[in-house]
Amino acid sequence: MIKKVVWLAAAACWAMAQGAQAQISGDVVKIGILNGMTGYAADISGKGSVVAAQMAVEDFGGKVLGKPIQIVSGDHQNKPDVGATIARGWIERDGVDMIADMDTSSVGIAVQRLASQLGVITMNTASGSTALTNKECTPFGIHYAYDTHALAVGVADPIINAGGKRWFFLTADYAFGHSLEQDASKIVKERGGDVVGSLRHPMQTTDFSSFLLQAQNSGADVIALANAAQDTINSIKQAAEFGIGRDGKQQIVGLLVFSSDVKALGLAVAQGLKFVDSWYWDMNEETRAFAKRFQQRHNAAPTSNHAAVYSAVLQYLKAVEAAGTDEGKAVRAQLGKMKFNDMYHKNAWLREDGRVMHDMYLMQVKSPKESKGEWDLVKVIETIPADKAFIPLSESQCPLVKQ
Amino acid sequence: MTRKQWFLLLGLGVVAPFVLYPVFVMKMLCFALFACAFNLLLGYTGLLSFGHAAFFGGAAYVAGYAVKSWGVPPEIGILIGLGVGAILGAAVGALAIRRQGIYFAMVTLALAQIVYFVAVKAPFTGGEDGLQGIPRGRLFGIVDLNDTMNMYYFVLAIFLLAFWSIARIIDSPFGQVLKAIRENEARALSLGYDVDRFKLLAFVLSAALAGLAGATKALVFQFASLTDVHWTTSGEVVLMTLLGGVGTLFGPMVGAFTVVALHSELSALGSWVTVIIGATFIVCVLVFRRGIVGELQALAQRHFWGRREANEAELAQIEQGSKSKP
Repeated sequence: MIKKVVWLAAAACWAMAQGAQAQISGDVVKIGILNGMTGYAADISGKGSVVAAQMAVEDFGGKVLGKPIQIVSGDHQNKPDVGATIARGWIERDGVDMIADMDTSSVGIAVQRLASQLGVITMNTASGSTALTNKECTPFGIHYAYDTHALAVGVADPIINAGGKRWFFLTADYAFGHSLEQDASKIVKERGGDVVGSLRHPMQTTDFSSFLLQAQNSGADVIALANAAQDTINSIKQAAEFGIGRDGKQQIVGLLVFSSDVKALGLAVAQGLKFVDSWYWDMNEETRAFAKRFQQRHNAAPTSNHAAVYSAVLQYLKAVEAAGTDEGKAVRAQLGKMKFNDMYHKNAWLREDGRVMHDMYLMQVKSPKESKGEWDLVKVIETIPADKAFIPLSESQCPLVKQ
Repeated sequence: MTRKQWFLLLGLGVVAPFVLYPVFVMKMLCFALFACAFNLLLGYTGLLSFGHAAFFGGAAYVAGYAVKSWGVPPEIGILIGLGVGAILGAAVGALAIRRQGIYFAMVTLALAQIVYFVAVKAPFTGGEDGLQGIPRGRLFGIVDLNDTMNMYYFVLAIFLLAFWSIARIIDSPFGQVLKAIRENEARALSLGYDVDRFKLLAFVLSAALAGLAGATKALVFQFASLTDVHWTTSGEVVLMTLLGGVGTLFGPMVGAFTVVALHSELSALGSWVTVIIGATFIVCVLVFRRGIVGELQALAQRHFWGRREANEAELAQIEQGSKSKP
């Protein structure tokens, strides 16, 4: 009898010890920042994302549920197998609890799928593929910031309302460019606009002159650039050389432009360009305060992605605290119940397919005269509400969504 | 290859996942197999292909698609990868072997770029998103490959089987003819060997094994991406083979392990990885031309068998051979 009691007591002690351990795995909350530290997206995410994540940890107080928080970072070199190897090592060997950032959509999708299989939350702030929350959606994968649909819709809607009815697309000839063009033309047609033509250019084109002249002579009101990174920069530069978009008859819009691209182009070249982004540092007091602190550490103004990483880490930590554990399922459920409020977004919320619903902004590049400083690049001209920006749940192809 | 060496290799393979990270070892094995397949062509036939990523990546895509969309079991998927590698190899090889040296390399590169272009454009590959979410499934319907250890031993078995095949091919009379072609094509021709047929067969075998490696990698990582078919992958396999020791049995394996380990260990340095690997390559070419394994073998011979003169003669022969071939 006594023996039995001792055994039971021992078992109870063991169970309690287990329970206490299960709250925070490994007695530390580890957050992995995975991105390409070099290459085309290094300015948009890169080391700045790690700085932003550390700022979030500090603002949260450095500890969650009495346990320390640790940030680890890795460079996926824009290769999905490298990214997946790092992520798997982080999760299985180092006990990383959440992975954020992940520019390059092939890496984003691969890591999201892998992490979900292992019950770990991913918060993708940097890649734009709508596949993340559609065909490739997963129970633990969160698409935290912009996607290509929001960019296309956000640009098309206000410009058509302002009278830009006739559209011409200059599209990068690969899947990303095609999907941007498709999304935008759909909106243009739905809103009573007209697509007067489109041209496809190969990836990494250096000479856009023939494409641009055809676009100029098409009689379109709007020339939309459905391309990315260096292609966007080159096409905008050359359009400026031809004076396209300066005559008041035609305007150029970029379907994927970051403020760091504008910085690279310079205001004299990029002025007047309209594009959509999820955040800009000079929107209000809070964002300016964040930008100031960020710039002290990183020597550049934060991009929308840096702000999104900051916000993702902060909201994740809030969810861990509210859920009382860092166990993936509980935290995911908690995130689904919360409203996200910080300097990045107001009253944003997480949908069941993993999409975070937040407002987007139409911006326009300032002229050199309007600009008051090195980083004073764009002005926000319109807000696009979340329910208009993102693909509605009824059209979602995500298998997790009950139709 | 001696029995002792086989047991050593098997022993190392069995123990490795307990010491190192299993997925990392699997990646090493896939690239080692790829490099060994490449070595069959460069090291033993003397043909420098600059388009092997096409077979590696092409097989990864088709095998991945077959497993994901047609629901074929993993072992069939891998065989499909082998087949795709062989078919692509036959097509590319038939065109490329008509030319020698740099022209051969350029033809293979050009044809590989076509495969890359298809991977970018074809609807089933997912473009730059890659073909994602390939299920590992159950081996022969019994063994669950989602378990990392099961997957590891499956990959190890494939690797050892393929490695054994390569060793057999090299030691066979066929392999001897390949070496003869490498040393002196005109002489092999004058001895009555149909050189083009031998070259084509070597090309197809090499491409098929590269396809096997690609399909296995697609199952391990559960995706195929543009990196797999990109020309930099073709370049990387040349680097692995030369660094490890071209024309040695173990060289490509050692080279692949070294390069994969460098990539992973130095990943924190970002773009410096490329610089460091490039510098390593230059040092290799300048200082130890026979590669890691080649130099070790030469060293062993020099010290244990006192075959210094023979060895010098051999090195001179290699240098002369490489001079006569562009």
